[in-house]
Amino acid sequence: MPAAGNGLLDRRTFMRGGAAFAAAITGYGISKNATAQPLANDPWSLTQGATTPPYEQRSRYESKVTRTLTNPKGEARVQNARTPLQLSQGTLTPNGLHFVVAQSGAPDIDPAKHRLVIHGMVKQPLMFTLDTLARYPTVSRMAFIECGGNSAPMFSPQPIQANLQALHGMVSCSEWSGVLLSTLLAEAGVDPKATWLIAEGADAPTLTRSVPLKKALDDAMIALYQNGERLMPANGYPMRLLLPGWEGNMSIKWLRRIFVTDTPGMTFPESKTYAQLLPNGKAYQFYFIEEVKSFITHPSPGHVMNGPGYYEISGLAYSGEGCIKRVMVSADGGQSWAQAELQKPVQDKAFTRFRLPWRWDGGPAILQSRAWDDAGNVQPTRAEFVALRGELKAPLPPTAFPNQHFNGITSWAIDAQGEVKHVYA
Amino acid sequence: MFTRKLARLLVAGLLSTTTIGGAVAADSPNLGTPLTPADLAAWDTSILPDGRGLPAGSGTAAQGAPVYAQKCAVCHGENGKGGSASALLPGRPISSINGGERTIGNFWPVSTTLFDYIRRAMPWQAPKTLTNDEVYALTAYLLVLNKIIGEGEVMNAETLPKVKMPNRDGFIVRFPGKI
Repeated sequence: MPAAGNGLLDRRTFMRGGAAFAAAITGYGISKNATAQPLANDPWSLTQGATTPPYEQRSRYESKVTRTLTNPKGEARVQNARTPLQLSQGTLTPNGLHFVVAQSGAPDIDPAKHRLVIHGMVKQPLMFTLDTLARYPTVSRMAFIECGGNSAPMFSPQPIQANLQALHGMVSCSEWSGVLLSTLLAEAGVDPKATWLIAEGADAPTLTRSVPLKKALDDAMIALYQNGERLMPANGYPMRLLLPGWEGNMSIKWLRRIFVTDTPGMTFPESKTYAQLLPNGKAYQFYFIEEVKSFITHPSPGHVMNGPGYYEISGLAYSGEGCIKRVMVSADGGQSWAQAELQKPVQDKAFTRFRLPWRWDGGPAILQSRAWDDAGNVQPTRAEFVALRGELKAPLPPTAFPNQHFNGITSWAIDAQGEVKHVYA
Repeated sequence: MFTRKLARLLVAGLLSTTTIGGAVAADSPNLGTPLTPADLAAWDTSILPDGRGLPAGSGTAAQGAPVYAQKCAVCHGENGKGGSASALLPGRPISSINGGERTIGNFWPVSTTLFDYIRRAMPWQAPKTLTNDEVYALTAYLLVLNKIIGEGEVMNAETLPKVKMPNRDGFIVRFPGKI
């Protein structure tokens, strides 16, 4: 059942089932690999398997599914590790694949000695240990974290030929468990005149960011667990601030101090790196929100189209301002659009997986996705984004991110050979 | 009817004080250890743009130059011209998103950021080892390099917050409703 141009099928096709569709899809569903050979028992069916280890590692056949690193030797500069979103499914990022931006590496923190302090404009400064926080009411929620610099290559004047991991890999999504910051602030007794807090990490530069008190009292969490286990060292072990939907740098890792005050600190990251230059030379400051965004993960550059026929188009959508309400997909460069199916449940400020069946006719196609959130925001086209935020004169190395917060539409072109390329359309 | 409504309002009022930061809720765990200012001293290092938090001490560019040469030049280059770490010279004025490097002189909005960041993060291989006098002296040295203060000016808790940064009016708050 066509839903839009160039072979896009109705998203409810499989839920409805039905003989007519089954017949239609069968013609494309025969895999090349299925040419008949007599079945035999493989070696692993003829011998006992491996002993179950205390902490299981992935199959050795999956060892190439890794983060890409910009500073593998840990030289005295920032370390970035990007998530292989093009090799993942669903909405959760495994802990070992969560993206990392670390200014000075991951500190080796003894959890028994770690302390969290709340002070400043409060009635009573307080100190908490991991043990005491374990006795507080626990909350769990899904939340994506995205680096403000994710997707920075999209500011280049020509499309950078790189895979999804290089273009958009500094975003990940986990189930986080911990204690609401508002609970601890209430115990310390916040001065009614306070409007901001400054959060500080326990790493070598004791990185600090200013956070409006409004956000802190809304949904900020002291995160202690990531997908059911303690945080990974590079993601803030033993505790990090989690500001759902906001620029990742603000969710201070290795959190040791909350200083309640009445003004932003204008700390180094917010004074320099995380201010956003505009075409007139001015700059946005306090660009807190990671705005509504989506991209297609399957297929994407590096994937091989295995001949014409049936494929599932799939991708990720998320918004720092709420739940994803709708994702539309185009296979003809935006001339026609079909609504994608959203994986349930759709959660606030979390990855939403979208999927749509597609019958590729083997001809040229340009795949795009566009997301809407329930706060009324729509993902801009790249042209709309560039009109507001500008475009660089020269291409950017995929690892640099001088300009940030790109959330425009990404386009993948598929040629007659089945190669997937990054294009501007 | 009236009394029940009044009771409900009173309860609502009590609840709001407990959550907005008045009295601590009796049923909250209350497991935090109370701290005194003396307990906090080593960590209480945040400097605010109006100068609150700046410690005693002072320094000039002349005092900062040898500290810079000994502890900073290895990464930031001789006289701040850049090396493996960012240049600290003013750079060209920024007029577009192709503006090049954002520096103290062409970008940073407030002067107190220098003291705050140098003290907490520098030198990179041995952070938090500079004395407050050294931090003031390095701050003065960098402000002179960026032609923001005069050669002989002394930086201390009084003078530093009064320094006007060239790009102080270069910023637009992106989401004012969230503050």
